[in-house]
Amino acid sequence: MPDSRTLRRKVAIVGAAETDTVGHLPNHSTLQLHAESAFNALADCGLTLDDVDGIATAGVAPAQLTEYLGIMPRYVDGTSVGGCSFLIHVSHAVAAIAAGYADVVLVTHGESGRSRVGVGGFGGGASTIGGQFEAPFGVFGPPSMFSVPIVHYMKKYGLTEEQLAAVSVSTRQWASLNPRALMRDPITIEDVLNSRVIAWPLHLLNCCLVTDGGGALVLVSEERAKDFPKPPVWVLGRGESVQHTNISQMWDYAEWTAAAKVTGPEAFRMADMDHSAIDHLMLYDAFSHTPIYAMEALGFTKPGEAGPWFAEMRGAPGGALPVNTNGGGLSYTHTGMYGMFAIQEAVRQLRKEATGRQINDIETSLVHAPGGWFSATATLILGNQ
Amino acid sequence: MNAPQKPLPQATPETEEYWAGLQRGELRIQRCRACNRHYFYPRPFCPHVGCHSRDVEWTTVSGKGKLHSYVIAHRAHPAFASPYVIAVVTLDEGPKMMTNILIDNPTPETLPADAPVQIVYETVNEKVTLPKFRLV
Repeated sequence: MPDSRTLRRKVAIVGAAETDTVGHLPNHSTLQLHAESAFNALADCGLTLDDVDGIATAGVAPAQLTEYLGIMPRYVDGTSVGGCSFLIHVSHAVAAIAAGYADVVLVTHGESGRSRVGVGGFGGGASTIGGQFEAPFGVFGPPSMFSVPIVHYMKKYGLTEEQLAAVSVSTRQWASLNPRALMRDPITIEDVLNSRVIAWPLHLLNCCLVTDGGGALVLVSEERAKDFPKPPVWVLGRGESVQHTNISQMWDYAEWTAAAKVTGPEAFRMADMDHSAIDHLMLYDAFSHTPIYAMEALGFTKPGEAGPWFAEMRGAPGGALPVNTNGGGLSYTHTGMYGMFAIQEAVRQLRKEATGRQINDIETSLVHAPGGWFSATATLILGNQ
Repeated sequence: MNAPQKPLPQATPETEEYWAGLQRGELRIQRCRACNRHYFYPRPFCPHVGCHSRDVEWTTVSGKGKLHSYVIAHRAHPAFASPYVIAVVTLDEGPKMMTNILIDNPTPETLPADAPVQIVYETVNEKVTLPKFRLV
């Protein structure tokens, strides 16, 4: 019987980079952002496009990317399930490389989320499930969909608006240490609560940024991983799932069930480690509540305790377990499918390249992300040993 | 430039009975005869984990329920007068469904979670009636 534990530490990220800058890039098309990320990640490990024989991407069709780049890979992964797609690409690349489907897998992300240059259409028809049972009630994009479960959670566990705000404050503290972050000025709980209401209980400063940018990764086998200029970042564990696409169909509004039941347990089992071995968390923060749900579902706190945990600034600089050290989707950058940037920061930390915010003695990082509005879920455990 | 329009649903074969029921002022949802549980939205099999039976029937339900969760949308769909309440209600028969709560000047204080709610049939045009809810 095949067992994912045999793939622990068999594949490494050897190249990783983002676009030259992230934020406002009105002169870059979507595919250009993919390509710039790809060239930068390949340069980071001393390879070229001609070395790539496996490709994975989301947001654009894989064939759009291969046509644009001028390559013909022998492995393709077009899994496109929202912001966690790139975590799933890494997960699949581990198996593909171990199986011999590809030697060098390139994962790319690029999104003109702010400038909308070269962006395709969006939205489903009136006869889709969402078109019939959600759209008529005025849901309109992530702030009015991802946010729907929060009030139920607040009633169940006593989560306060102040605790939600603390997630934004903590994350901004990290952003202030990162020169690439878009929003770096310190903020207070009051600043968050006084920012305009988007969809109560969410205020503007509870919501992620909307930016342009990209990132890419290069993965190879254990045998090849030692031949590259930078230390390998090993894939130790992975988990993935999909559930609902309409937020009214989420199984439990007080629990990120796919993370609790599937992706977290699978990732920890494959990595053969427990929570105490995790030094760093990258928890995709589309909104302030997303990391709260993630902390609890993954078992870093008990249910209902992550709000107070963030309010005690335990994930902030100087706290016990650093969370979202790049400044997150809330303050660093958020192109639309942010998962790639969460992986990039984990790689930077594990390579000791996170100047100004480097975590001492780091050996492991857990990256966790949703796609859609808790619709898809993915977890990676990465390490440098 | 045309004024933004509210999105309207278009029925599919497995949902026609639901939309037709609303036009008659009835909330018609399905129940599984194998596990005796109601479910929503309409489809020709039971979606409950561990069941998935195809032995299902249409039933008319009470239209009573509780306010499960919601947002007060201040900046969302341009065709809706803000602020408006996007809510998910739990019907007394069990299923959850998205809706709007009809209320003037919505605030967190006037919308306690788990408050009882009752369906209001909102006729949009000759083809579409939407299920909205009000606090009881």
